[in-house]
Amino acid sequence: MGTKLIILLVVILGVLAIAQMMRIYELSSKITGKKENEISNRDNRFNAKLMLLFMFIFFGSFIYMMIHYGWVGRGVAASKHGKDIDWLLNLNLIIIISVFFLTNALLYIFAFRFVKKPGVPAYYLAHNNKLEMLWTVVPAMVLAVIIILGLKTWNEATGDAPAESIRVELFSKQFDWTARYSGKDNKLGKFDYKLTLDNNELALKTAATIDSAIRMMEEGPMGIKTLEAKLNDKKIIMVPEDRAKMEADLSRKERLIRLLYQMKEKHDPKDDAAAWDDFIQKDTLYLCKGKEYEFNFRSKDVIHSAFFPHFRAQMNTVPGLTTRFKFTPDVSTSEMREIKGDENFNYVLLCNKICGGAHYKMKMMIVVMEEDAYNDWFKGKMTKTFRDTYFPAVEPAQPAADAENAEGQTEQAQNAEA
Amino acid sequence: MAAVAHEAHGHHDDHGHHEENFVSKYIFSQDHKMIGKQFLMTAVFMGFVAMLLSILFRIQLAWPEEGSGFLSFFLGEQWAPDGVLKEDMYLGLVTIHGTIMVFFLLTGGLSGTFSNLLIPLQVGARDMASGFLNMLSYWFFFLSSVLMMISLFVESGPAMSGWTVYPPLSALPQAVSGSGMGMTLWLFSMAIFIASSLIGSLNYITTVLNLRTKGMSMTRLPLTIWAFFVTAIIGVLSFPVLLSAALLLIMDRLAGTSFYLSDIIVGGEMLTQHGGSPILYQHLFWFLGHPEVYIVLLPSLGITSEIIATNSRKPIFGYRAMIGSILAIAFLSFIVWAHHMFVTGMNPFLGSVFVFTTLLIAIPSAVKVFNYLTTIWRGSLVFTPAMLFSIGLVSTFITGGVTGIILADAALDITVHDTYFVVAHFHVVMGLSAVFGMLAGVYHWFPKMYGRMMNTRLGYVHFWITLIGAYGVFFPMHFVGIAGAPRRYYNYSVYNDFDVDSYNMIMDLNVIITIFAIIAALGQLIFLFNFFYSIYRGPVAEQNPWRSTTLEWTTPVEHIHGNWPGELPTVHRWPYDLSKPGAEEDFIPQTVPLMEGEEEH
Ligand code: HEM
Ligand SMILES: [Cu+2]
Ligand SMILES: [Cu+2]
Repeated sequence: MGTKLIILLVVILGVLAIAQMMRIYELSSKITGKKENEISNRDNRFNAKLMLLFMFIFFGSFIYMMIHYGWVGRGVAASKHGKDIDWLLNLNLIIIISVFFLTNALLYIFAFRFVKKPGVPAYYLAHNNKLEMLWTVVPAMVLAVIIILGLKTWNEATGDAPAESIRVELFSKQFDWTARYSGKDNKLGKFDYKLTLDNNELALKTAATIDSAIRMMEEGPMGIKTLEAKLNDKKIIMVPEDRAKMEADLSRKERLIRLLYQMKEKHDPKDDAAAWDDFIQKDTLYLCKGKEYEFNFRSKDVIHSAFFPHFRAQMNTVPGLTTRFKFTPDVSTSEMREIKGDENFNYVLLCNKICGGAHYKMKMMIVVMEEDAYNDWFKGKMTKTFRDTYFPAVEPAQPAADAENAEGQTEQAQNAEA
Repeated sequence: MAAVAHEAHGHHDDHGHHEENFVSKYIFSQDHKMIGKQFLMTAVFMGFVAMLLSILFRIQLAWPEEGSGFLSFFLGEQWAPDGVLKEDMYLGLVTIHGTIMVFFLLTGGLSGTFSNLLIPLQVGARDMASGFLNMLSYWFFFLSSVLMMISLFVESGPAMSGWTVYPPLSALPQAVSGSGMGMTLWLFSMAIFIASSLIGSLNYITTVLNLRTKGMSMTRLPLTIWAFFVTAIIGVLSFPVLLSAALLLIMDRLAGTSFYLSDIIVGGEMLTQHGGSPILYQHLFWFLGHPEVYIVLLPSLGITSEIIATNSRKPIFGYRAMIGSILAIAFLSFIVWAHHMFVTGMNPFLGSVFVFTTLLIAIPSAVKVFNYLTTIWRGSLVFTPAMLFSIGLVSTFITGGVTGIILADAALDITVHDTYFVVAHFHVVMGLSAVFGMLAGVYHWFPKMYGRMMNTRLGYVHFWITLIGAYGVFFPMHFVGIAGAPRRYYNYSVYNDFDVDSYNMIMDLNVIITIFAIIAALGQLIFLFNFFYSIYRGPVAEQNPWRSTTLEWTTPVEHIHGNWPGELPTVHRWPYDLSKPGAEEDFIPQTVPLMEGEEEH
């Protein structure tokens, strides 16, 4: 409380002080007969000089920052397309920084140079078609270059991934990331959000997971049967609000169970194999240097954005939609540590779309390994597939034979529902 | 309607100035000058609130986890226990800061103040086409401001999903506490705000089209009026789309529809909504959102065109090219919106189209800059505070415009989207350029609004502190952003876990930015003081203090209903006959007939 009073007191005193100063200023200008709207030559020249001074300080601090941070403080890109992007970015930066210096300099120098001088009239100049043509056409030509180069890089970066690239799914939710590798067959199993359970966090779709979702929805601790029993039990006395809530919950679940049964009917067990050999990876994402990856992004709740600052990659994750981005890491973690001279450096995947309170903490480490190390790691993981971990009782199904269908597989993944 | 207004005012003329009571003069006034001042007062208040909010969250960014008495003073134990800001409230502050600045200060405040004040005065009309609708527009604005302020005080906090309020985050109270009551208030406030803006805009358009005085052809309009006019048209075409976006969001929140929702599990609850698309919301939002940035900027460009010409004592260079640029920008601003959505998984070809249209906008923008420069060239510059702020606008318009080119290049946007680079870009164009234009306008037309002069010296101090402070805040942000720092982060200490280099850079710059922000904010107090002090005690203004050519300076200093005591003035020339060779004075008012043998521009 004490500090608040002091703050208020200081503010009030400050205002009073300025008011007093204004009084004095007013009295003095009354004596000299100075009018507020007539700017004296002295004031004019003073501001003109400040303009020039400001320009030097402004440019100076910009140049200082560029030197201090080594150009723009970005470090090397750790992916193939990232190097193209950085090249393009540097080119664009050179262009815009030149324009920035040139036009700002003209502005401040003109402001300094053409300040009012008594007796020198302004030069009446209303327009000049040649000049105006010039500064329409020149920017247009520069922009044409920027557009053409930009679209080339854009199309390369966002084009479809080649069939042999490794498919990895990144699943986002408040507030963490989970990766799912497509296993031996390099095919991600299908999913449907309604199948989400503790033992199936990513809602993979197989005959077995559909059955267990149905079982849970009907007979689980908050399942339909329990809810119905509670609502019908005359002995339980409930506040009307709680009852209404429970009824709403029940009708929601009844709708969902109908959809689950429809799903079960339409389900093709041939698809299951693609899901069973997937494996789930938390906390750290392991990538192989020099291999191209196609990431498939999903979200469980709100929009997030998968941002890989060092790989110059970013893609939103949108509930109800699968988005994709591909890139090839080409600098391993240990190489980057050397480049940076930082033993503890790590690549990272950040969330870059506001998604709630802990948005800023939503991250996943990334480790880029050399091929041998990666293969060893991968082999180890193949013994901990989705099936091994959560549904060991299920027969290891035969991998789906129709290889020509590999393309359509991931595309269709999110349309699985009836 | 226009004709009716004309007649009504003709009627006033016969009776001269008639008495009004306090309520109809100061509160439910239908006089455009008073309504303009009401908009200004409300906007100044809202602007200062938004500025205070930004200081609160900047303190958190510079000194995370350190308790601050300042924070607990304003936020109390609930939102800043022991003076450390809560995560949720950080987002709430950011959201309301952005909303107020963009909509309440720079849309309602800027257009509301200057379109109202200047359109009738500069086209030579007695008042707006409909005084009643004009009054309604202000009171809707007031009501929406009040709702937005109330939302800051609700138990579960204000809206917390960013000023763009993307669903699902904004649709689901389970996802963040601000998406409960706070978001409901936000949506209702904005719906009313949009109504205010639409009514106002229709009025501006009608007035410019129908109530121009004799001789005031469209090509004799000052550029201010052109800017306000086109701004109003953009508003009428784009705000309804935001309204529908907001209504659909309200339905998703309250009626369980699924326009924007599909396949969601939040807070452990599996929602049944299926088939909606959050991306649809973004398209609707940005269909307004991008034109909106020009709704914010164009009035400032118009205002400064006028001020720079007057204080360079030179005609604005390329008057017709300036009008052409305004029109081109307005048109293009409707076909670039998806450049805010390059990384939502859009079809790459569609992305290419938007890259192309977006970069086209740089051409009319460049034309405007060069025309400003040529206007200043060989002028006879008079540095009034308004002129200083106008030059500040040109500088920041350049600085912010060039970074737009990086963002518009989809390939580059992949890496800088949603980082501090974007924050830097739009603050330099909106937070600096548009605000400078607004401040310039206040200094320039203060004598017209209050019949008194603002203090010049304080104006100088204000300008230099603001220019240095504001660049000090937003220039380093480009570096923070290019280094990869995401926006809307509560705390950048997470960088310490994986990249100490970047961590040091970001934290160093964050401290510098916050210090400059505090300096700049304190500088605004000088303005606030000058403003209120001069309303009551400033020296009485002359009729035409800046030796200007436009019609508003032919009205008496004392405000009267109907603006001109006698007949409406007749216009004989364009508004930029400054330092015309052969003329005695260095300005010729628009009301002076052409001399014998004189050529009209
Ligand atoms: C040369 C002209 C301009 C170009 C090419 C341009 C381009 C862009 C682009 C592509 C973005 C999206 C960046 C991203 O989200 O990754 C953007 C963001 C933005 N721009 Fe501009 N811009 C220009 C001028 C302006 C002006 C004049 C204003 C305001 C008066 C403005 C205000 C904004 C705002 C508010 C955002 C951020 C929106 C958000 O919160 O995501 N821009 N600009
Ligand atoms: Cu997130
Ligand atoms: Cu835009």
